[in-house]
Amino acid sequence: MYRIIEARFLAPEVKLFRLEAPDIARKQQAGQFVIVRVHDHGERIPLTIAASDATTVTLIVQGIGKTTRLLNTLEAGDAVRDLVGPLGKPSEIHYYGTAVVIGGGVGTAIAYPTAKALKYAGNRVIAILGARTRDLLILEAEMREFCDEVRVTTDDGSYGVKGLVTDQLEALVNSPTPPDFVLAIGPIPMMRAVAEVTRAPGIQTVVSLNPIMVDGTGMCGGCRVVVDGRSQFACVDGPEFDAHQVDFKILSARNAMYRAAEQQALADLNQHPPELHRCRLADAQPGAVTPP
Amino acid sequence: MTNNNPLPPKERMKIPRQRMPEQASAERRVNFAEVNLGLSAALAHQEALRCLHCKSHHCFTGCPVGVKVKDFIELVLAGDFLGAAAKIREDNVLPAVTGRVCPQEEQCEGCCVLGKNGEPLAIGYLERFVADYERQSGRVGLPPRAPLTGKRVAVIGSGPAGLSAAGDLVQRGHEVTVFEALHELGGVLIYGIPEFRLPKDIVRQEVENLTRMGVEFRTNVVVGRTVTVDELLGERGYHAVFIATGAGLPVFLNIPGEHLCGVYSANEFLTRVNLMKANQFPAYDQPIYDCRGKDVAVIGGGNTALDAVRTAVRLGAKTASIAYRRSEVEMPARVEEVKHAREEGVQFVMLTNPTEFLGDDRGWLTGMKCQQMELGAPDKSGRRRPVPRAGSDFVMPVQVAVVAIGNQGNPLVQSATPDLRTNPLGYIEADPDCLKTSKRAVFAGGDIVTGGATVILAMGAGRRAAQAIHDYLSHGTW
Repeated sequence: MYRIIEARFLAPEVKLFRLEAPDIARKQQAGQFVIVRVHDHGERIPLTIAASDATTVTLIVQGIGKTTRLLNTLEAGDAVRDLVGPLGKPSEIHYYGTAVVIGGGVGTAIAYPTAKALKYAGNRVIAILGARTRDLLILEAEMREFCDEVRVTTDDGSYGVKGLVTDQLEALVNSPTPPDFVLAIGPIPMMRAVAEVTRAPGIQTVVSLNPIMVDGTGMCGGCRVVVDGRSQFACVDGPEFDAHQVDFKILSARNAMYRAAEQQALADLNQHPPELHRCRLADAQPGAVTPP
Repeated sequence: MTNNNPLPPKERMKIPRQRMPEQASAERRVNFAEVNLGLSAALAHQEALRCLHCKSHHCFTGCPVGVKVKDFIELVLAGDFLGAAAKIREDNVLPAVTGRVCPQEEQCEGCCVLGKNGEPLAIGYLERFVADYERQSGRVGLPPRAPLTGKRVAVIGSGPAGLSAAGDLVQRGHEVTVFEALHELGGVLIYGIPEFRLPKDIVRQEVENLTRMGVEFRTNVVVGRTVTVDELLGERGYHAVFIATGAGLPVFLNIPGEHLCGVYSANEFLTRVNLMKANQFPAYDQPIYDCRGKDVAVIGGGNTALDAVRTAVRLGAKTASIAYRRSEVEMPARVEEVKHAREEGVQFVMLTNPTEFLGDDRGWLTGMKCQQMELGAPDKSGRRRPVPRAGSDFVMPVQVAVVAIGNQGNPLVQSATPDLRTNPLGYIEADPDCLKTSKRAVFAGGDIVTGGATVILAMGAGRRAAQAIHDYLSHGTW
């Protein structure tokens, strides 16, 4: 069992967890993930590590399916059944010059440690954070702490600039000082759109992929993605890949493989919520907290 | 050992080989319970009476771990089933497992003199019988432990090689920690071999026995990521490391359409069911594609392919086929698995090689383009090489395909251990006898050295490694 030290909502359905896992914390580097199994009958799901200190790792979880919703019912003092990692290759951190880091929705949590590492490597870091609406924006204050510039877009214009992250990226690409490197993490359509913006000008662009995984150690091959026409396992060869080489269509299709089962599981959960469910949505303080 | 057999050899040879009682095929097609039900004490005695008690006892040499077959059979005849189990345990820490999954026809039974003019002694059935008897009696005769040596050994992987080495090392007084990447112990015995062939309670019991012998187990540790081999040998204070991580990276066909939804590796298909219990979805959270009413094809001819196709049957597949590019005689699967699969309605589509997976516009598998093969001259493996027949292309309609053509070495340990030599397939180079690698104090064995093989060969490697590690720890010379 792995104990939860801290748990709090950052936005509706988006919760931050700090879990006691000294072995993982000691080894974690930006871009790596863990596999979590919440309970005895639980499935194994990958979650990227947002931060770590000497003994804990921080995960930021968006409640979408049954497992993430269940996870989001847990509080400090509770525990998850299994936690293994750090898995995947760490982000490749270099000095590029100007690096643009794009976080879409909860993707911001995944981009956060890499953005920080890019800054530490001496890059000028511009963050573009996108969300559907103001309440769903996370980690803006944390990004502002070290980024040279932070641009925020919302689909509905409730905060920042109304529009898409790619509008901001295009403006940067067409400026007199275009970026030298782009990292984009978020929904598949967003990552695909970013890749198209940077393809023609040939700006190196990296995306972090989130295919369905089981073991996370290369054993099952379920997370295979097509990159440059070749099959790669996101869990051991990734999760970060050259955005211009990724076949996003195959990734989208494969991620929908269990949709019917996922919907059934979620419906069952909504009908029979677990006893430990204690909804703290009302206490949520969107975007106003600092991860450790 | 005295001869407890009251019958003269001629009489013994008149007794037919006893048949394994099993679930009827119509019944077992729809459940995951074990197919073979095990011999009764009376049947076991009757079978043991067939043993000729040969002086040469070829059966010992046929066993990769050297189980003293004739001696345990004698104890069965004497009615001392616990003694028989203890006799096997001297050489084999997992008798209830090997009694079920060993290819006995190629090993002990393949060497049995009875087999020259008839059917060999059913050694596997008897091994299973005494192991089950012992387990059900609750009086497992665990071997004594030597005085503690103060030496610590890290075993990486809790599959058959790792468990076997751990058992031998702990008996010799060493402190042993087994590190497992998954959340459950047993490696391929848990995630790979289905419940209907090897009930998971048996694996758990064997792990429990090792715990009682003093082995420490740690799950959720990926060596190479969570901790490195150098850290184990350094700050973690281990004196030797045994790498037994198995052949963990599935090989795909590398043909168009392999990324369509519905195409699985055998590892994934079996792990979802065996480890994650996807067959019990939604009581368990991990799903598997609903095979009910679907046409499922499994590509390959080994035990893994057979396990996958029989799993598909139990998941409710409308048709479940094996597509194999050679003919049935070349199939590496155990004879019993092929027989059971056929009884369960599995179709064997031989001399068939998929060349492309076909899909719909949503990215789902709809069919498999195949070519027919014929057998040419023998290849390196000694089997006749399949060659395509011109103009023989056809489409097999399938909605689920499982690729079971083998594995490559999992790179996680090696990539974090640069001074560990590997071969071009990603397997670790180790001396075949003493299992020493290119790195001091590090040994490796099982599928991570040999490539995909059998449970018992991995156990044999675990035994040899334990002996070599014991020698190294005793003398300190590399």
